[in-house]
Amino acid sequence: MSELLDLTAAAAAAAVRAGEIDSGELFETYRARAAASDINAFTWLADGPPAASNLRDTPLGGVPVAVKDLFCTEGVPSQAGSRILEGYRPPYTATVVAKLGAAGAPLLGKTNQDEFAMGSSNENSAFGPVLNPWDRARVPGGSSGGSAAAVAAGLAPWAIGTDTGGSIRQPAALCGVVGMKPTYGACSRYGMIAFASSLDQAGPLTRDVTDAALLLRHMVGRDRRDSTSLEFPEDIALPRAENLRGIRIGVPEELTGAEGGVETGVRERFEATLTLAQELGAAVEACRLPHAPHALSAYYLIAPAEASANLARYDGVRYGLRVAGDAGLLAMYERTRAAGFGPEVKRRIMLGTYALSSGYYEAYYGAAQKVRTKIAEDFRTVFESFDLIATPTSPWTAFELGAKTADPLAMYLNDFCTVPMPLAGIPAISIPCGLADGLPVGFQLAGPAFSETRLLDAAHALELAIGFDAGPARRSDAGGRDGR
Amino acid sequence: MSAVEYEPVIGLEIHVQLSTRTKMFCGCEVAFGEAPNTHTCPTCLALPGALPVVNERAVQFGVMIGLAFEGEIAERSVFHRKNYFYPDSPKAYQISQYDIPLCRGGRLGEVRIHRVHLEEDAAKLNHLGESGRIHGADRSWVDFNRCGTPLVEIVTEPDLRSPEQAREWLGVLRETLRQTGVSDVNMEEGSLRCDANVSVRPRGSSTLGTKTELKNMNSFRFLERGIRAEIRRQVELLALGESVVQETLHYDPASDTLTSLRSKEEAHDYRYFPEPDLVPLLVTEEILTRARAALPAELPVERAQRFERELGLTASRARELAFRAELADYFERALSAAPSNGDLDAVELANWIPQLVERIGEADPAQSRVTPESLASLAAMVKSKAVSRDAARTVLSRLVEEGGAPQEIVDREGLGALSADEDGLGEVVDRAIAADPDAAEQVRAGNMRAIGPLVGYVMRETKGRADGGEVTRLIRERLGGA
Amino acid sequence: MAEMLDRAQVLHVARLARLELTDDEVERMAGELSKVLDHIEKIRELDLGGVAPTSHVIDVAGVVRADDDPEPSLPAEVALAAAPEPVAVPGGMGFGVPSPGQAPGE
Repeated sequence: MSELLDLTAAAAAAAVRAGEIDSGELFETYRARAAASDINAFTWLADGPPAASNLRDTPLGGVPVAVKDLFCTEGVPSQAGSRILEGYRPPYTATVVAKLGAAGAPLLGKTNQDEFAMGSSNENSAFGPVLNPWDRARVPGGSSGGSAAAVAAGLAPWAIGTDTGGSIRQPAALCGVVGMKPTYGACSRYGMIAFASSLDQAGPLTRDVTDAALLLRHMVGRDRRDSTSLEFPEDIALPRAENLRGIRIGVPEELTGAEGGVETGVRERFEATLTLAQELGAAVEACRLPHAPHALSAYYLIAPAEASANLARYDGVRYGLRVAGDAGLLAMYERTRAAGFGPEVKRRIMLGTYALSSGYYEAYYGAAQKVRTKIAEDFRTVFESFDLIATPTSPWTAFELGAKTADPLAMYLNDFCTVPMPLAGIPAISIPCGLADGLPVGFQLAGPAFSETRLLDAAHALELAIGFDAGPARRSDAGGRDGR
Repeated sequence: MSAVEYEPVIGLEIHVQLSTRTKMFCGCEVAFGEAPNTHTCPTCLALPGALPVVNERAVQFGVMIGLAFEGEIAERSVFHRKNYFYPDSPKAYQISQYDIPLCRGGRLGEVRIHRVHLEEDAAKLNHLGESGRIHGADRSWVDFNRCGTPLVEIVTEPDLRSPEQAREWLGVLRETLRQTGVSDVNMEEGSLRCDANVSVRPRGSSTLGTKTELKNMNSFRFLERGIRAEIRRQVELLALGESVVQETLHYDPASDTLTSLRSKEEAHDYRYFPEPDLVPLLVTEEILTRARAALPAELPVERAQRFERELGLTASRARELAFRAELADYFERALSAAPSNGDLDAVELANWIPQLVERIGEADPAQSRVTPESLASLAAMVKSKAVSRDAARTVLSRLVEEGGAPQEIVDREGLGALSADEDGLGEVVDRAIAADPDAAEQVRAGNMRAIGPLVGYVMRETKGRADGGEVTRLIRERLGGA
Repeated sequence: MAEMLDRAQVLHVARLARLELTDDEVERMAGELSKVLDHIEKIRELDLGGVAPTSHVIDVAGVVRADDDPEPSLPAEVALAAAPEPVAVPGGMGFGVPSPGQAPGE
């Protein structure tokens, strides 16, 4: 059994296709581990492997995937981590999940998340926090905390999540796994319960870069049901690169915490990785993203504004929670939403509503959209002289549960390295680059739109050289002991 | 009554439901009168995770409307979210267009168009209370079949100056849109809806007064009455020295009163922002070409203008014909059916269309037994005085009943015109005078109103075959009146 | 420096968002939002004159559904499957709701 767990998803898929292992047994191995786990990574688990099975002949070989709760899965609870959708079972499946299913990756379970993808610690879930498998007293990051922790703890071979301001990359960093946000539009958003429409993207969380590439390959593609989805210009290739010769990497001063805010251990690992990159042949130099310091402000105006409209449909009329249905329409609306949404969601709805409201639009939302233009310009300029940029993924390693919940602003500041990329719509990947005080540190690479292949290659080369051992978390006993 | 004379300033805001097969942002079939909630999908039901996709045919129809107004079609326009909570709005926002709409400017007849844009219809909210009206019901229920049906919103400039004019113009709009085929434009069914913006100002002033918005006028008659009631209300307010408050009013036709729908504090803040789930809309050459090809060659207003200009019809007769396509088509066919004697007068012919309509009602004249050739022939006969106007009316009635050719009917029934020199018309005139000496005396004395009964006698005696003008002339001659 | 959001403003925004807040929440929200807005205010220091806003990060336009052919709709039972108050009405089923009062958006 432990050999099964040692296989990467790609290796497992190959083994299934070669007839060496049985996909049903693979499914059951992971399912049992997930069921016995106490880190609360899942909100729903399949009862067993899918009935149909010529999974052997599929590209993904029946290797099951854990899916973030906010992806609609027909007949299966899809709750977006919220009480307002508790028990909700949609009548349709998200395109990305359907594509993976068709490619041979059946649904293992739905993973826990920050409510409506709002959060950086998975402490905002209506279904309890997720515990970081590296240290159960600490957060896994968010909002795709369940997906990241599940992969890290060996409860799922691979997983998908969503990233709006860093919600794949940051938990990947805190859990010592690979997480990637593709180019905006690369993956269909149809069936993805919306947080911020112009920023949300689906993406893989995996044990290694090759798994990420394999999963992503079967997620991308234009969907006629999503007007903002695009045809990916090429097939996503599995990475092969083992060095970085000829790659020019820019390191933006604004995102490496020169002004402070990046923990010492994280900074050390980051710089060590830059050195490694140079040893692999990359040219590493400083670069400027002059508007990056304002990215957080722009993000915390645009995302809540769009969210305030996207979440207005949760009104107790057609599905989900309803409270005070006999008390009159206004009371029903107000009390349903008061009871159904957690404090962080309410905060962001309020912030977003305010930013769009009469008299404030130009100063807030309007200004943020202009900052967005400048940030995209900054990236375009940088990519004229550099192939990729590098930053730490998160300014700190996994913090303790409850450590940052008192101050929302402190939690938001978490995201300053990851929010610029979604604002510009460009892809970015986080890979584990080492430990600081025994906790994983993430290294982020970003590139221009549709540069996924180059990103994956560079990440792959670095990954080989770094040689990160994610074993401690994966092999930790699912029964409840500290993994530290 | 106030010493100041006020003039009304009226603009209209019209919503037209498009007759596409599918909805504006999803592939659900647009259907009326079907079992409730049987035409929905994740998108129009606003289920979590659903997304909109623009229906290109709806865009084409919107472009056709813009072209009909000769407005400026935006090559690139943007959809916005209009945010508000109501049970008939499942997303709690409506996808509409805000500051970059599909079309700006243009005109229809005397009224300039401000803008035309695309949006989606709301669901249908029904009430479970006994009265069926919105006030006083306890529970309601929603049917989402209608939700997402494509709508075009047309906003006019405030160019209208009376309730009658507003009603009439709306009729022109309806006929124009009906002829484009983009909508059923039926107010009773809800495919044509009209709100009015009303203000008043002292006659001669060029500044605008405060305007109010009137809703719930769901027929042409109620539109006119509602606007009239509001004008009266505003004038009365101003006469008392009070001012008009900007607000939305609900017109109740039963009581002919207006009720304010909103207090000042509760004015909607729609928090418009560009719809992130849709990319900007492009009106491509292809869409424009298809739209132009689908438009009729000539729309009602242009046709009316042509009738006036080229055929010499009066403005009102020209409009009467042009604003019903079937009448205008029939008229033009009759016009081109030049009868053998070549003596055809468009104005005379045009006068006979309403006569035909009187006899066949709302039916299409082309479906009647009166062929365009026959009507042209009859009109020519009247023009040449081969038959009197009265007799011609009888002939027309026969044509409607049995078809055939006018000359045959005239011959068969002996309806040919009587002239003074033939057929003893003079004798009949003498008999008329003898039969009513009082009337004759009045006419002799110069009171022409008394001639009526005398003319009537002659017409009855001649079964209407005499030419009325000729009869009058003869009587006056005989009596030597002024 | 952003002005502190006062209680009235918080209540106004909460009403727009149809969120009922306890007195405690109103007070806390005023503080939290003010703090966040304070940080965000910094973007107003930027010179953004002449900069076009980005509402779509991808450079694509004119995406439409070219055919007007109907696609299958959800059966009514499915559409109403999660309805909090399904009601029997003439012809089938409807979504029951409390009646709105005088004004839409109430």
